[in-house]
Amino acid sequence: MKRRDFLKSVAAVGAGGAFSAPAIWSSAKAQSRQETLLIVSESGPNNLDIHGVGTNVPGYEVSWNCYDRLISHEMKSVNGRPYYDRDKFKPELAEDMNIGDMSVTFKLRKNGTFQDGTPVTAKDVKWSFDRAVTVGGFPTFQMGAGSLSKPEQFVAVDDNTFRVDFLRKDRLTVPDLAVIVPCVMNSELVKKNATAADPWGLEYTKQNTVGSGAYKVASWTAGTDVVLERNDSWTGGPLPKVKRIIWRMVPSAGNRRALLERGDADISYDLPNKDFVELKSDGKLDIISTPYSNGIQYIGMNVKTPPFDNLKVRQAVAYALPYQKIMDAVLFGLASPLFGAPAGSATQVAWPQPHGFNTDIDKAKALLAEAGYPNGFETTISFDLGFAGVNEPLCVLVQESLGQIGIKCTINKIPGANWRTELNKKVLPLYTNVFSGWLDYPEYFFIWCYHGKNSIFNTMSYQSKDMDALIEGAVTAAANGDTASYDKDVKGFVDLAFTDIPRIPLYQPYVNVAMQKNVSGYAYWFHRRLDYRGLVKG
Amino acid sequence: MINLVLKRLALAIPSLIGVVIITFLLTRALPGDPAAYFAGPAATAEAVQQVRVKLGLDKPLIVQFARYVVDLAHGNLGNSLTSGQPVVADIKSRLPASAELTLVGLILSVLIAVPLGILAATRPGSFVDHLCRIVTTAGVSLPVFFTGLILVYVFYYLLGWAPAPLGRLDIFFTPPPQITGFYLIDSLIAGKMDLFRAALAQLVLPALTLGIFSLAPIARMTRASMLAVLSSEFVRTARASGLTPFTVIVTYAFRNAMLPVVTTLGMVFSFLLGANVLVEKVFAWPGIGSYAVEALIASDFAPVQGFVLTMAVLYVAINLLIDILYGVIDPRMRVEA
Amino acid sequence: MTIVEQTEAGSEAGAGGLAATAVVADPAAKKASGLAATIQHGRYIVAENPVTGLAFGLFVLIVLAALVGPYVVPYDPLASDTVAALKPPSLHHWFGTDQLGRDIFSRVVVATRLDFIIAVASVALVFLMGGLAGIAAGFFGGWTDRIVGRIADTIMAFPLFVLAMGIVAALGNTVQNIIIATAIVNFPLYARVARAEANVRREAGFVQAARLSGNGDVRLLLTQILPNIIPIMVVQMSLTMGYAILNAAGLSFIGLGVRPPSPEWGIMVAEGSTFMVSGEWWIAFFPGLALMIAVFCFNLLGDGLRDIVDPQRRT
Repeated sequence: MKRRDFLKSVAAVGAGGAFSAPAIWSSAKAQSRQETLLIVSESGPNNLDIHGVGTNVPGYEVSWNCYDRLISHEMKSVNGRPYYDRDKFKPELAEDMNIGDMSVTFKLRKNGTFQDGTPVTAKDVKWSFDRAVTVGGFPTFQMGAGSLSKPEQFVAVDDNTFRVDFLRKDRLTVPDLAVIVPCVMNSELVKKNATAADPWGLEYTKQNTVGSGAYKVASWTAGTDVVLERNDSWTGGPLPKVKRIIWRMVPSAGNRRALLERGDADISYDLPNKDFVELKSDGKLDIISTPYSNGIQYIGMNVKTPPFDNLKVRQAVAYALPYQKIMDAVLFGLASPLFGAPAGSATQVAWPQPHGFNTDIDKAKALLAEAGYPNGFETTISFDLGFAGVNEPLCVLVQESLGQIGIKCTINKIPGANWRTELNKKVLPLYTNVFSGWLDYPEYFFIWCYHGKNSIFNTMSYQSKDMDALIEGAVTAAANGDTASYDKDVKGFVDLAFTDIPRIPLYQPYVNVAMQKNVSGYAYWFHRRLDYRGLVKG
Repeated sequence: MINLVLKRLALAIPSLIGVVIITFLLTRALPGDPAAYFAGPAATAEAVQQVRVKLGLDKPLIVQFARYVVDLAHGNLGNSLTSGQPVVADIKSRLPASAELTLVGLILSVLIAVPLGILAATRPGSFVDHLCRIVTTAGVSLPVFFTGLILVYVFYYLLGWAPAPLGRLDIFFTPPPQITGFYLIDSLIAGKMDLFRAALAQLVLPALTLGIFSLAPIARMTRASMLAVLSSEFVRTARASGLTPFTVIVTYAFRNAMLPVVTTLGMVFSFLLGANVLVEKVFAWPGIGSYAVEALIASDFAPVQGFVLTMAVLYVAINLLIDILYGVIDPRMRVEA
Repeated sequence: MTIVEQTEAGSEAGAGGLAATAVVADPAAKKASGLAATIQHGRYIVAENPVTGLAFGLFVLIVLAALVGPYVVPYDPLASDTVAALKPPSLHHWFGTDQLGRDIFSRVVVATRLDFIIAVASVALVFLMGGLAGIAAGFFGGWTDRIVGRIADTIMAFPLFVLAMGIVAALGNTVQNIIIATAIVNFPLYARVARAEANVRREAGFVQAARLSGNGDVRLLLTQILPNIIPIMVVQMSLTMGYAILNAAGLSFIGLGVRPPSPEWGIMVAEGSTFMVSGEWWIAFFPGLALMIAVFCFNLLGDGLRDIVDPQRRT
């Protein structure tokens, strides 16, 4: 090529890509915009199937909305908003539930169909439940939390009748059937796409929704967006109002807020607390805040190794924490305080509930000296970087406060993906963490967090025979319907938790949702994710 | 020419091997444990160990490396934990997004920096010269994510001139049928002008952010190169012959000064491909940079390795292209090869 | 050297060989007139190019702030005061307060020290690593040259920011590791320049003379060649100082920056950017301004130093 010609052609291409003014709005799109709900969040699902390996929390939201379960919960009203009713169940795929002594039998709806038109039968239910207890990982764990562990427990009596046999009497078995995990899948369709190496078809369900739920995933680009479309032949309840949902991942929190404020996005629950408070006072958006059911943010200490094996040290820390500062500067008031219960107040049969510690630096110093550390000591405080927005300022404030009584902390940021691993090693001396359980019962929380069988959620490695006895007592009492024993044991284990104080509850976090004024129908569920089925736009 | 290409490729092989080894070691040194991630939040130590064996992570490092190399030879870059897809598919779908952004940013930068450089070169030591230097240096003195956020704040949030920073296209447009993967080109080929405008509108702010950041090296190199050429004999002759200043500068001087500028462009492009990870994060751009960053934070090995390898290969290819371009632009370079 | 490198080196040096000889001759001439001549030359440069003067002035200010800053700031940069959180600039707090009530002015000034340390340490490390490797490669040639060249090429083949991210993620986010990552990422550049310079000086008269006097190779490298490349490198070092700070900021944005609560411009900008949309612009603006001024100063300083050291290489 001649040099001149080459250079000329380059110039031509350069001139061609001329700059035109940006287009802001296209009126032709206005109508379809009205029929679509745009949700923005920081991260999205990595798997559309809750039974999948390593499925993350956003994946649970897809499962909830695209699959049905045998039963669900009725709604009650709390502060004028729909809130799931823990104690009242509602039929979803099953139209009738008969709880026997050691089993529960369900009659399936005759008109239940999967999204491809195949009818839902008890065979599908059994296959799905077998899958849930066999694949391992989180789904199996969650099923086991309600004593649902063996495929033998699940019996397809006939096409429309399904029975679950109890392993033992457990108050949690029936509620466990209403959580996200025991969803009903189109077993024939999945089996068609299973392989010898992948008998449960996990690879297929990772990318495709195969349920009978109100929505189906029309397209999913990992890390970018999920597009859901309404299943117009859904029979599990009143047909949802929103035809199309686009769930877009927007990593920058500032951008998410900007999108909401300018009206380009409809819903987000993924904003810093400060933004929620300001948006609420601005009045341009609707902000709904609901406390986490059965959830607590706490400061945990490793009670197996010094210095935190010393009760007085733990008490000193409990008196040194800057509780109110955290509520004000980190949470902007969007949480329920779990500290500072007035002295002499009676313990409730409830969880969470506040403990009696409050910030008292002098008392903390005295306790620390009594414990044998008059000059304090050095340690590290760790937190999950995945929730740095809250954890980082919280730890900075704690570090400052503890510094006042002589405990010098270095802050240890652990990336979100590694947090569980590090926590489960149970060597972190001091850290902050959140735990919440889908099943809103005090003994449920305590079994996982305080029982000596040392589950991974007992991050403090706390072991106490007294505590174990109280927890087991409560579980048995609940299974037998013995309210008096139950109440006594619950109050007992709560008191012991506050006396031994291996973990120091800070607050009960709020789930906050910001919506445009023309969006309504938000309901709070135990899993704290969005239920698209009740949302209305316009 | 063929000799040149082969020689350069041969020289590049040891670097690529080095890249593969270093990336492998680096990702293995990352603090996360993919087995724990896979096993889920409620896994016991035994469950995690089971998953570890299944993933082949319990084998010694050498064996894992050998496996990795064998996979590489088959074009298999592994699977991503975070997206659940094969890395090759992810990279294929995301690379055009980054490449388009980087190219448009570069073009924008050239359109501003080259005239500035020429202007500064024709008036050395003057106020204009100093102003050019200050402006371009200022652009490169701010962290690139900060520039991006300020642009979003001013032009989207305050003024509403720019569209929402939601990625390559507004929510309600569907992407054009994929030919090159570049929305600008594909929409033109498909004849959809509104799609073209929409894609261009989304590109403005992120490309501007990248462009501001790359003004300085291009402007400086243009200035230096022009200065050197302007003091050469043939330019003096051209001036003496009575040609207009414009002809002298553009037709004679600039064409001869282009060579070092082209080198710089190549270097800047490679640099930008790696540096646009931050811009992609700010603008929710579905590119390869944000992919790699998310994977790195999640200690997800395969995408990071795939990304680095792709970039390294691209870097070699770009350098090769530049050398060939030299041969076309400046015949003297051909003789050297 | 590849064609790419030759062209870079060529255009940078103007007429290649000529510049080398000029530079070789110059240090000898300067040494003869001593410090006074350098100062006079410096004054001339500053007068001719006021921007350089500005840069020098800023540099002095930055060093002062780094040295004296922590002792003269009005508030403790780590002291939180949640009652006074998120207050705009006022007489009490010149730059306002951040989300934990800390005074931003104090934090910005105290951060100067940490950022300056990061910049200087990175540069010192990469100069030692890259400079020594480069001059060894240029001087000895052969296998040393090939190995250093391969290492430099391999590092350059990485997307540099991602390499820095990977190193910090793997080693842990401490100030030391950020410095190490910055040094590694800049290694190829220094190695190349050092190599080119050493190559040129290998046959120079004064080196031959020193060798004849009985100096061993290593001694030659350290005492004759290294000091002579410092003036050339000083320009690059100043640019790298700016880069080191920007790199730390970028890493902070991803969460791999310094640990809280240490005040550092980059992490203050990264944290503050989430507050921009809600109107608390001052949290990111002032550290961002300080950062920009510092990097700006280092970049222009590089130009000024280049003018003093080797005017022929001006860009």
